[in-house]
Amino acid sequence: MTLDVTSLTIDIGGSRVVDDLSFSVADGERLGLIGESGSGKSLSILALIGLAPDEATITGSVVLDGTEILGLPERALARIRGSRIGSVFQDPLTSLNPLHTIGRQIAEPFRLHDKLGKGDARARAVEAAREVGLPDPEHVVDLFPHQLSGGQRQRVGIAIAIARRPTLLLADEPTTALDVTTQAEILELFRRLTDEHGMSLVFVTHDLAVLAQITSEVVVLSHGRAVERGAVSRILASPVDPVTQGLVRAARETTWSAS
Amino acid sequence: MTWLRELFRRPAGAAASVWLLLLVVSAIVSSFWTPIDPFTTDPYHAWAAPSPKHLFGTDGIGRDIFSYVFAATRTSLLVAVSAGVLASLVGIGLSAFGSLTSRWVRDSIAVLIDILIAFPTILIAMLLASILGGSLFVVVVATGIGYGVNIARVSRAEIRRVRRTDYVLAARASGVGPGGILLRHLLPNVAPTFIVQLSLAMATSILAEAGLSYLGYGASAQTASWGRLLNDLQNYISIHPLSVVWPGLAITLTVLAFNLLGDGLRDATDPRLRVRRRTR
Repeated sequence: MTLDVTSLTIDIGGSRVVDDLSFSVADGERLGLIGESGSGKSLSILALIGLAPDEATITGSVVLDGTEILGLPERALARIRGSRIGSVFQDPLTSLNPLHTIGRQIAEPFRLHDKLGKGDARARAVEAAREVGLPDPEHVVDLFPHQLSGGQRQRVGIAIAIARRPTLLLADEPTTALDVTTQAEILELFRRLTDEHGMSLVFVTHDLAVLAQITSEVVVLSHGRAVERGAVSRILASPVDPVTQGLVRAARETTWSAS
Repeated sequence: MTWLRELFRRPAGAAASVWLLLLVVSAIVSSFWTPIDPFTTDPYHAWAAPSPKHLFGTDGIGRDIFSYVFAATRTSLLVAVSAGVLASLVGIGLSAFGSLTSRWVRDSIAVLIDILIAFPTILIAMLLASILGGSLFVVVVATGIGYGVNIARVSRAEIRRVRRTDYVLAARASGVGPGGILLRHLLPNVAPTFIVQLSLAMATSILAEAGLSYLGYGASAQTASWGRLLNDLQNYISIHPLSVVWPGLAITLTVLAFNLLGDGLRDATDPRLRVRRRTR
């Protein structure tokens, strides 16, 4: 599975939010997109799967396994979402439907795409819940989101994203809303899952310290432009762009205050 | 039927359901039988005090107030249900078109709702009544449109809010199509707001029927109506204050019951508000 993004440019209401962004992710590779808030990183991720707001004008090219997916009709995109590209979102408190049980939400893609019956879908949901390390999966699928902690809910979010074995996982600041210990557990989960299933990963964050724990390659975004790219180790050791230098400084400070 | 169990677990919800169920039974029974014909006058027994024969006493022309109130439940329920159905149709239609269609249609609907809201329900009713003459039909149409617009305004904002939530985005990102989003995510999350608004509309339509009949725009003289009875009796309120209490109580309790039922249903359908019995 490879993803090639070339010259992705997004305009909203006359202002350029993402400007000529290019990157590619090879089979099983983990890439980090980093930048301050408002640098256009979340929007880029949404644009990849056709979920940018309606008023956004998007140009460029997004090629998934040799097929151009930018500008595909909604129906075709809906088939790709969840099955070939899974997505995990920032806030686990708001990204689950409060009215449905955990099991129902994990099973929704199965029931929709694989036309599984209630029993089979539930079994798969329990399986997925076990895989992401939710405690007591047989019981947890019958609970509602408000009965779980933030970290557990994010595990549910990941379970939904990987349920149908996508080959590419998009993660939009999945650890930002979590405390440091939970953050480390979730990162470990991402590492394990991508390794086990050979999934590629695009990981968006504003925290270089988090990125250093999970990806090897990184693209630094500022005001919608890629200002620097390269190996995380190199960037941490000798950042070139002032924006990158700022991020490195911030990462060092968090590490110090954490230890 | 988890929500039904949940509804009856709450005292207010259970009481409201029981009262409304009682009204439905009264409406059906009174179509065939009332203790005394509600329109039979008996001047020799005018203003009789409550007694086993006349539970609520009689009015100035000797009609049995209990039978009249009993028979009038049909009118009130008929108005509440028809106005509720009409208000739902208007409300759902306008709010769906006002939130899920193209921007141009959306904005036009918003303006239309704002214009319609500027006209008080009572004004619509009086306008219709002056053209068509006063009838229950006028009451139903006026309150149905009037409260339908209210439902539309609130539900439209709610649909737009839910549409922007993270869980709708997350569901789309896991491949759920527009139909699935609407059925499994939008509607269930908008339903509580809608239910409360609808129960409010049904309660208010009973009040409106009473008010309009009181003003002479509603039920004809051959139709038993709580509002009309209240109108007839209130001239004598200083001499026979007890007689006015019965239709007043019927109206008050029924309006209250609709409101409580709406709140109860809203709470019963929300898993976050469910009464916990199993401790984990």
